[in-house]
Amino acid sequence: MSAGKTTLATLTVTVVLVGAAAGVLRARDRGYYLPEPTERLLYLRSGSTANRVFLSFDALAADIYWIRSIQNYGRDRTSDRPDRFQLLYPLLDLTTTLDPYFNIAYRFGAILLAVEEPQGPGRPDLAIKLLLKGLEKNPRWQYPYDIGFVHYWYTNDYQEAARWFERAAAMPRAPEWIRPLAAITMASGGDRQSARRMLNELLSSTEQYIRQTARRDLLKLDALDTIDRLNAVVEAFNQKNGRYPTDLDELVRARVVTSVPVDPTGEPFAYDPISHAISLSPTSKVGALPKKMNAR
Amino acid sequence: MIGRSAGRIGLVAWHVFKESVRDRVLYGIAGFAVLLVAASILVGQLTAGEDIKIIKDLGLATIELAGVLMTVFIGVGLVSREIERRSIFALLAKPLPRWEFIVGKYGGLVLTIFVNLAAMTAALYLMLAYMSWGAMEVERRAWAAPATDPRLLIAVALIAAELALLTAVALFFSTFSSSALLSVALTVGLFIAGLLSHDLQHFGDIVEVPRSVATFVAAIGWSLPAFSAFSDVKNLIVQGQPVAGGYVAMTLLYAAIYSMAAIAAAVGIFSRREFK
Repeated sequence: MSAGKTTLATLTVTVVLVGAAAGVLRARDRGYYLPEPTERLLYLRSGSTANRVFLSFDALAADIYWIRSIQNYGRDRTSDRPDRFQLLYPLLDLTTTLDPYFNIAYRFGAILLAVEEPQGPGRPDLAIKLLLKGLEKNPRWQYPYDIGFVHYWYTNDYQEAARWFERAAAMPRAPEWIRPLAAITMASGGDRQSARRMLNELLSSTEQYIRQTARRDLLKLDALDTIDRLNAVVEAFNQKNGRYPTDLDELVRARVVTSVPVDPTGEPFAYDPISHAISLSPTSKVGALPKKMNAR
Repeated sequence: MIGRSAGRIGLVAWHVFKESVRDRVLYGIAGFAVLLVAASILVGQLTAGEDIKIIKDLGLATIELAGVLMTVFIGVGLVSREIERRSIFALLAKPLPRWEFIVGKYGGLVLTIFVNLAAMTAALYLMLAYMSWGAMEVERRAWAAPATDPRLLIAVALIAAELALLTAVALFFSTFSSSALLSVALTVGLFIAGLLSHDLQHFGDIVEVPRSVATFVAAIGWSLPAFSAFSDVKNLIVQGQPVAGGYVAMTLLYAAIYSMAAIAAAVGIFSRREFK
């Protein structure tokens, strides 16, 4: 066999074998569920142990654990494992224990913890716990403000939200707009108008991830507005025809709407012909909508 | 024909084994590993409970680390040393096809590594048996798995498979680079990249990037030797959790196929190489 043919043959064999190996690995990962070992984290959950273990590399270790937190969230978000998101809080807790001034780990971590199923673990209690830990180490207005935001948006406890906004407003260098926000929340918490005002303020935040979260939440409010309008259209159809539409196409055929309505990300809304309710499509990228947020 | 080939490969492998066991580096690493396994008893004492678990963790980590060091430092010199010493000319003048030479070299080093793994595993079991002997019944009941858990051998088997794969990678670099330092750097670099391969395979799930970028990075992740595929089982076995036999079998199959791919590539390069 000539040298050229030998090279071609070995190259082909190599590529085929690498492909086969990747196939075996993929089949293994799809076919077998391996529980994620939490024990190794438990070793280091204690801050003092972690500090000793990492000697003078605490900050570096915190960076690594922060990256692992983000990776863990990203991986679990698309996974169907029964224990998904279970490591998120321990990872964030460890990150912030190793570096108590790691602001992004507290603030962005809290957002990740609070995000509702299926996009996140839906644990506003842990988000608040993490922010309280951050507030203790970093007495800055952003922490009570974030706690207020979690109460407002995720637990819908507007009294508590207003109390935390008040506390944020009283802290040094707090922006002017927080005090009126506290008053509005107390008076008309849970209405979309005040939520929209709060989110619009957040759009001018210096932190990019806060701006991104605010943009995403504004899309949710837009989706809620559209769902209200569509529910009204469905009711009007029933009033006129004595029956509900079988699907959203029927509204188009009846010329009640011009086209099948889509959410702010371009995904068509879902319609349940039994309950006659309009909702986001399960594949919508808008994410879970807040449970209590009236249009008032 | 096959029998003659196997005989020649066996002969090369045996020579590599004899040469490797005379290497001082090997004794240095093996001595360090046995010392570290023994020292894990002291570390275990400091942990206030969970000492058996820590000894197992440290022991397995030491076995793996020592194996990686042996593989890298001996593996990269397998072919390049023959070229450096000019002994390659005498070998190639013999009726020994080049592919048999490469496969023999690989077999010899894998044999060396496996013998060392067996010695280190025996040392670990001895330590664990000693700890178990000195423990009270109530302490034993608190352990997640028995001290001398035979399932530790599954973890060792996966370490062996990982090292066999790393040997193939080191051999591949050894065939085209005459510099041992460069081969070490490339092998270690690919080993580290392989440890991160799982994250690369699922890059699109971890960070929000355009689909084309995610697909490209994932393709790289799947093409790299996935050294990350061997790590999870160790923790589970130490914690006494079940591990599916099929999972272990597929991991071993993966190592075997990928090792063959690396050896095929090494044969391809070595067959074309000209020596002056």
